[in-house]
Amino acid sequence: MQNSFLARNPSTLIFLAALALFTIVVTLLSEGLGMGFVSTSFVKTLGKTLCLGLVAISMDLVWGYAGILSLGHFAFFGLGGYMIGMWLMYERTRDVVVSSLADAPIPASAQELNDAIATQIFGVVGSAEFPLIWAFSDSLVLQLALVVLVPGLLALAFGWLAFRSRVAGVYLSILTQAMTLALSLYLFQNDSGLRGNNGLSGLQNLPGLTDVPQALVSLWFLWGSALALGLGYVLAAWVVSGKFGSVLRGIRDDEARVRFLGYSVESYKLVLFTGTACMAGIAGALYYPQAGIINPAEIAPIASIYLAVWVAIGGRGRIYGAVIGAVFVSLLSSWFTGGRAPNIDLGFYTIQWVDWWLVVLGLSFVLVTLFAPKGIGGLFDLISSRIMPDRHGADLGPDDGALREREARE
Amino acid sequence: MNTLLEVSGVSVSFDGFRAINNLSFRIASAEMRAIIGPNGAGKTTFMDIVTGKTKPDEGRILWGEKSVSLLGLSEARIAREGVGRKFQKPTVFEDQTVQENLLMALKNKRGPFSVLLYRAKNDDLARVEAFAEEIGLADALMRKSGELSHGQKQWLEIGMLLAQEPRLLLVDEPAAGMTPAEREHTTNILVEAAKTRAVVVVEHDMEFVRRLDCKVTVLHEGSVLAEGSLDHVTANKDVVDVYLGR
Ligand SMILES: Nc1ncnc2c1ncn2[C@@H]1O[C@H](COP(=O)(O)OP(=O)(O)OP(=O)(O)O)[C@@H](O)[C@H]1O
Ligand SMILES: [Mg+2]
Repeated sequence: MQNSFLARNPSTLIFLAALALFTIVVTLLSEGLGMGFVSTSFVKTLGKTLCLGLVAISMDLVWGYAGILSLGHFAFFGLGGYMIGMWLMYERTRDVVVSSLADAPIPASAQELNDAIATQIFGVVGSAEFPLIWAFSDSLVLQLALVVLVPGLLALAFGWLAFRSRVAGVYLSILTQAMTLALSLYLFQNDSGLRGNNGLSGLQNLPGLTDVPQALVSLWFLWGSALALGLGYVLAAWVVSGKFGSVLRGIRDDEARVRFLGYSVESYKLVLFTGTACMAGIAGALYYPQAGIINPAEIAPIASIYLAVWVAIGGRGRIYGAVIGAVFVSLLSSWFTGGRAPNIDLGFYTIQWVDWWLVVLGLSFVLVTLFAPKGIGGLFDLISSRIMPDRHGADLGPDDGALREREARE
Repeated sequence: MNTLLEVSGVSVSFDGFRAINNLSFRIASAEMRAIIGPNGAGKTTFMDIVTGKTKPDEGRILWGEKSVSLLGLSEARIAREGVGRKFQKPTVFEDQTVQENLLMALKNKRGPFSVLLYRAKNDDLARVEAFAEEIGLADALMRKSGELSHGQKQWLEIGMLLAQEPRLLLVDEPAAGMTPAEREHTTNILVEAAKTRAVVVVEHDMEFVRRLDCKVTVLHEGSVLAEGSLDHVTANKDVVDVYLGR
């Protein structure tokens, strides 16, 4: 079964091989275990990029396959980050507090210890008590469960309300943006219990492993992110390869017709929305320890829009397209906005990429949508049609799905 | 004669316009019925009501031996009860292969989790092949259905309808865009299906209706104008007036 699945999906094998090769090469060139050509901070950037690839897969499943343009999946990503961040911050603060109290003549009571940790963490927002939502922050297992459960339950509740009343299309997109905005505004408040606009920080330090250099930790996370991306890819490819994938694409192209076949479209959307939210949460939980900090600005509505832009540019409706889009655009983005791209002097005006990158990105999004709806992934069709020129039944992509192949070629 | 579907006193208005007006209709569990009527008579709207797409303003729709009401059930639920529908304009999933289209329609569990774990086994593939054979698309199983001709799409949709194994087939203008030979084949498929299930065919083409050789219901302005054999209804003065636009 597994064999035949991989055999029927050669792109999955190619992707996994490329991912493995990439991970090995980066490891060999890293400061931690290799020759030191790749700096630790760049290893972290690459690891983070893999996590963005994973959240892009979840976006592609929702949008590219089922046609639900969710502009809220980055909120689920951020929530996953917050959940793991709580444990990292609690444990690490606890370690620091315990060692500083160790010299005290009288051993601190459990209550004193707790108060000291709370003061450390919440001092910046003027509080010295643990909010209720930190109840499980001392347990890695529970916080890991929350990485999946919190985004999952939010998506379930939101999706249940929205899909049941058959909110679809642009209204659903607006609603997901509203949810994202509400969440980030809530987190910005100091009494949200998650340190307001300070967010959670110091997440790159693994509790109990302070002796391990960041050069090594960054590789661990790179491997973890690569593993998660690989597993997420295989899972997504498996989900869309069978009848479930057929139903999803059916919903995208003509959801009323799917209903008349007896499929409860609302339940499918709900399962997919919730499942992909969990996936986004996992991606976020791997991303933010590499970023070191998470704050409510990460969840801002614009982040989810970027996610859609990545997937569109990479090519929606194919999983590798989403990953390529996320990797390509986010790396390019950080190059342009990081001040590393040389400014262009036009004589009368100097193009500062930090300011102009967004314009370029927006423009390419519009151009891709208008002229190359298959995105970068469409290039692979060109290659494969060169190799097998007479192939029929090529994927027409989400927009052309309703056209006959012949019409599409005209 | 046991009734499968009973529609009584159903009315529906769109912005004050009464598209269906106090309509009553019943069909037995193994019966063929043709519905004819001029454009805008409400034939498609009638199917919309039975399949749950349009909610009627008043009236009752009872289904099956236990006479359960179909009102208030979702489209998907009604379809699972055994109501299959072929649309006036052929609607197949053009981005997917003929096989994928048929597999999706094939009678099987419809819940998201059972579908997620579902992998087509040999007997399901054999069933799909048999349906494809019946609609003359056996050689096209792996083709994208978007590449098919208009007539072939019509057939694929008929094949999907059969694959659902519904107890009631609602077929809206199946012969549109078909060659005479294809029409005849379509007639045969429908007549065969009506031996074991209820089939309602909407059609403008009188020749086609004649070959179905069944009871005919004439709709006009949302209600039944006449009912009986084709010869009987075409002899009816009201029907003649309606068709000649007098
Ligand atoms: N959703 C709707 N909103 C407003 N008016 C509608 C709607 N659906 C149908 N109608 C109107 O109801 C009337 C009946 O339409 P219907 O499509 O049922 O006719 P029909 O008998 O199928 O005609 P045809 O033979 O052309 O297919 C028409 O006048 C149509 O304009
Ligand atoms: Mg009609």
